[in-house]
Amino acid sequence: MKFDKALVYRIRGVRTPLAAAVLLGALAALLIIAQAFCLSSIISGVFLGGRTVRQVWGTLLVLLSVIAARGILAWGSEVTANRAGGRARTELRERLVTHLFALGPAYIRGERSGELVSVLCEGVEALDPYVSQYLPQVVLAVLVPTILLAAIFWIDVPSGVILLIVTPILPFIMAVVGMMARAETKRQWRSLGLMSAHFLDVLQGLTTLKIFGGSRRQVEAIRHTSDRFRRTTMRMLRVAFFSSLVLELGATISTAVIAVEIGLRLLDGLMPFQQALFVLLLAPEYFLPLRLLGARYHAGMTGKVAGQRIADILNTPVAVSQPPARPSLSQFIAGGTIHFERVGYIYDGQRPALHDVSFDIQPGKKVALVGPSGAGKSTVAHLLLRFIEAERGAVLVDGTSLEKIPVQQWRKCIAWVPEHPYLFHATVAENIRLGCEQASLSAVIEAAQLACAHEFIQALPQGYDTVIGERGLLLSGGEAQRISLARAFLKNAPLLILDEATSYLDAENQTGVLEAISRLKRGRTVLIIAHRLSTVYDADQIIVIDGGRVVAEGTHDALLRQSSIYRQFVGAYGGGKA
Amino acid sequence: MSSSLRSLLSQIRPVAGWMALSALLGVLTVGSGIGLMTLSAYLISEAALHPSYATLLFAILGVRFFGVVRGAWRYFERVVSHEVSFRLLARLRAWFYEALEPLAPARLLTRKHVKSREYTSGDLLSRLISDIETLQDFYARSIAPALVAAIIGLIMWFVLGAYNSAFAIVLLAFYLLAGVGVPLVMYLLGRTLEERVITVRSDLKMACIDSVQGIGDLLAYGFEEKQAERVRALNLQLVRLQAARARVRGLREAAGSVLMNLCVWTMLVVAIPLVREGRLNGVYLAVLALAAVSSFEAALPLSAAAQGLQGSLVAARRLFSVIDAPPVIRDPVLPSPVPSSFDLEVCHLSFRYTEDAPYALRNICFALPQSRCLALVGPSGAGKSTLVNVLQRFWDYEQGSIRLGGHELRAYHQEDLHQLISVVEQRPYLFNATIRENLLLARPEASQDEVEEAARQACLHDFIQSLPQGYETLIGEQGLKLSGGERQRLAIARALLKNAPILLLDEVTANLDPLTEREVLRTVRTLLPGRTTILITHRLVGLEMADEILVLHEGAIKERGMHSDLLQAEGLYWHLWLLQKQELATS
Repeated sequence: MKFDKALVYRIRGVRTPLAAAVLLGALAALLIIAQAFCLSSIISGVFLGGRTVRQVWGTLLVLLSVIAARGILAWGSEVTANRAGGRARTELRERLVTHLFALGPAYIRGERSGELVSVLCEGVEALDPYVSQYLPQVVLAVLVPTILLAAIFWIDVPSGVILLIVTPILPFIMAVVGMMARAETKRQWRSLGLMSAHFLDVLQGLTTLKIFGGSRRQVEAIRHTSDRFRRTTMRMLRVAFFSSLVLELGATISTAVIAVEIGLRLLDGLMPFQQALFVLLLAPEYFLPLRLLGARYHAGMTGKVAGQRIADILNTPVAVSQPPARPSLSQFIAGGTIHFERVGYIYDGQRPALHDVSFDIQPGKKVALVGPSGAGKSTVAHLLLRFIEAERGAVLVDGTSLEKIPVQQWRKCIAWVPEHPYLFHATVAENIRLGCEQASLSAVIEAAQLACAHEFIQALPQGYDTVIGERGLLLSGGEAQRISLARAFLKNAPLLILDEATSYLDAENQTGVLEAISRLKRGRTVLIIAHRLSTVYDADQIIVIDGGRVVAEGTHDALLRQSSIYRQFVGAYGGGKA
Repeated sequence: MSSSLRSLLSQIRPVAGWMALSALLGVLTVGSGIGLMTLSAYLISEAALHPSYATLLFAILGVRFFGVVRGAWRYFERVVSHEVSFRLLARLRAWFYEALEPLAPARLLTRKHVKSREYTSGDLLSRLISDIETLQDFYARSIAPALVAAIIGLIMWFVLGAYNSAFAIVLLAFYLLAGVGVPLVMYLLGRTLEERVITVRSDLKMACIDSVQGIGDLLAYGFEEKQAERVRALNLQLVRLQAARARVRGLREAAGSVLMNLCVWTMLVVAIPLVREGRLNGVYLAVLALAAVSSFEAALPLSAAAQGLQGSLVAARRLFSVIDAPPVIRDPVLPSPVPSSFDLEVCHLSFRYTEDAPYALRNICFALPQSRCLALVGPSGAGKSTLVNVLQRFWDYEQGSIRLGGHELRAYHQEDLHQLISVVEQRPYLFNATIRENLLLARPEASQDEVEEAARQACLHDFIQSLPQGYETLIGEQGLKLSGGERQRLAIARALLKNAPILLLDEVTANLDPLTEREVLRTVRTLLPGRTTILITHRLVGLEMADEILVLHEGAIKERGMHSDLLQAEGLYWHLWLLQKQELATS
């Protein structure tokens, strides 16, 4: 779907405040007319009619109330328009988050996660000026001049004709200039993005630059990129400014022409002074809405681009099906066999990640998936977690296809420890409680002890209350993995998936964690995915995957006898000595 | 804060000329507007008295003149003010970078043993970048417009005062209210509001980062609804704050409009009796009204700038809080000594990151003669990375000594020291540029042959040749278009191209699968002869190549010796080695 106003207008509660903002704008136009009328009447009364303050006092008081009313309207339209923007942002942000969660990690991996975060934050914010300023202004840029034009025509037809002639020329010229500028603008936004990215790249790599003695040289590079950016931007802006120049010239020259024209008619006594002054006061107001639209055009376009991106995300279809909930699933899984039936999966529509893969995971067993990186091991985990759906074949649990089981209910049965677990911006305890929100602190500590994490957590500045994550204390890869393991232990689910879960641990901690898993194993199914063999030699069943296919299957001893790729693996691990 | 403001203002000195020009053009623009409207008013008022055409000629010409030039002035004013903005942005970036550079990495690294709030991540860096953009905006929107408003105010004061001081006083009173009073109120009203908006926005950003980057964990643990609820709540807070801000903005618009029109109104009330008394020509009544209206064009934009001022100050404060920190390392006054050899001697070295932190290194002693290979092993947290940091002089040591080529490490300037040491980092940073550019970072003047030779030594040349664009291939953000092994090899090739006498390899094979690890280690082994090498690892693989192995534990050397000796000793090394080998015992 192409993004258009419809996306915004369909949002509940946006239309009413927008309509109100337009209405207030139209009312303001009427007040402008009233003000011009009062002013011209007072001035002409005093100047030519010889009236005293006392005689015009009534009109002065009316003028005073018009001034006050204009102030109130100015306040009101700002507040109402903002309400529309707020509603639009709330609704779109909510829909984006929900939709991203439905799309799952497979989608996010495809996109750059940083870009998605910025759509969710800055992108949605950029929509605000589009909704609350640009959209009402589009209507007002037509409505207000029409009202003013009607008033001018009523008073003085020739001035009205002048304005009417100039009016269509301006948007036409603006459109032509705008079209010229558009291609340039797009190129410009890209170069702005590149410049920011370059600066960020340099800052992030500062230590590396320093090591190589290149950090001082970068000052020049930064100046150079900024300068180049300035030159290209200015080239673009000159075109943009040219379109406002046209508008500005249209407005001032029309005012000048009208002033001279009515001046000459006054001179010949063809027109009363009050009407002339009235027209002169309204002429600049006539162009103001169009100039405001010009000023907000940029914000509007930025919002439109952001809106397009939001619409694209919202229109991405969700791959994972969502059947109705069913009772007592966990019982059913604890005793069921997980069966991969000729499963095929293709990444990005090109590279096959899994090809015709079939195997069983028996309940209560420890099953290991091994193979070189990129062999398709993690794809198996993602299929089980239903981050992705099999494109060929099916994953069955006790004979039922996974697609028939509600996603959230199924995930309750799984505890997953990925290679790069994410630590949320929250305390250590809260991060572990992801496994079980209601868990007591003692349960959290117990889980941490099992994961060999208790010791290092206690050494943190505030122990379990230390805030970690992006803006908190950064933990090492091994520490993050142990927190993630504690999460999984706390969740205590019937199926435990360890996806390279101990890759950053040193030998000592790894042994501790593996012992804890063996102890916990009773009645639980464990799937271990590894490119190192240390974690898997005692598995009940080892499945060797290479190039997206199952190449061997059996216990450690059997595989050592039968599988050359397995032997190669063991050899590599032993540093060539095994 | 006022000191931040001062040093912010000092940044404009080099572009002051441009800024003055921009202000001058602004004055001309507003002045032309005033000229157009007052002359028009004069024209029709005078015409109403039916004089001869010739009396009006001057006014007619004037109206036409101002009608045409105003647009042109505005155009040039825009061009110049944006030129100033971008020049400033370029300056601010370079200035910020130059201030930040001496602080890296000690002040920019997050380490849990540094128990203060010194942290930086990609997120903070991108915040700093947008802070700089905020500042640029601040300069552009406040300084020149304030000048324009002041000059227009002064001109109006003198021109009106020439007719009647009462007009000048009325205009100035309202003008000051609109140009100083309202902005002041806006600043005060906006102060707490802006700060809260910034806080909530940054919390919302954090929640969005958590939602996107943590999506796997959130879904797997069934937390998606809770997280969506969190985002919703923060969004609602932000929307409420912004509604409050819109009310302030509405107040600003209302105040501007009311003050401007009230000024005209008051002016009329003052002028009408004067016209009656014959002390003012009635022709000037309309002129006065329109002069007042059009002069406000200069005063009104100041309120908007004032409302945003607090945001700029917060941005400025954040920038200064980062760069105002004193650097951890100060270079010596004397030039660096010339090392007599590349022997490295460490004697009784103890080190802690801060005064109140526990020692990260305790009494470390070793000697690494030129062309030998030393391995540092031990579990994570043993102090290996700390030793790497100290050897590169990212932090200074206080107890004990490190001597390189017979001179204390402190005597070397950082830059000269970095010339002597090539480092392959644990997580090498690769730039979003071509392979060649990433390699040339090590030695910008290197020839194509030298680049290829380094790549060949790192077993990367054939791979690069197989790429369609070869050495010109762009490797993406942080080199993410390459695999882990390729990134590591590229980092090794880069270090080799630098060809420094000392090579520091910091956990180069962590996170590689065993087949790749073995290949990378094979590469490393070919590099050892003739180089002074320090090999740091927690994985006990390929250590037969080391001339001496130091086993670190809790910051101290627990054991030392060759691989075979350490195994025979059956100590910590043996224990770690066994743990790692355990599973193979069954085969």
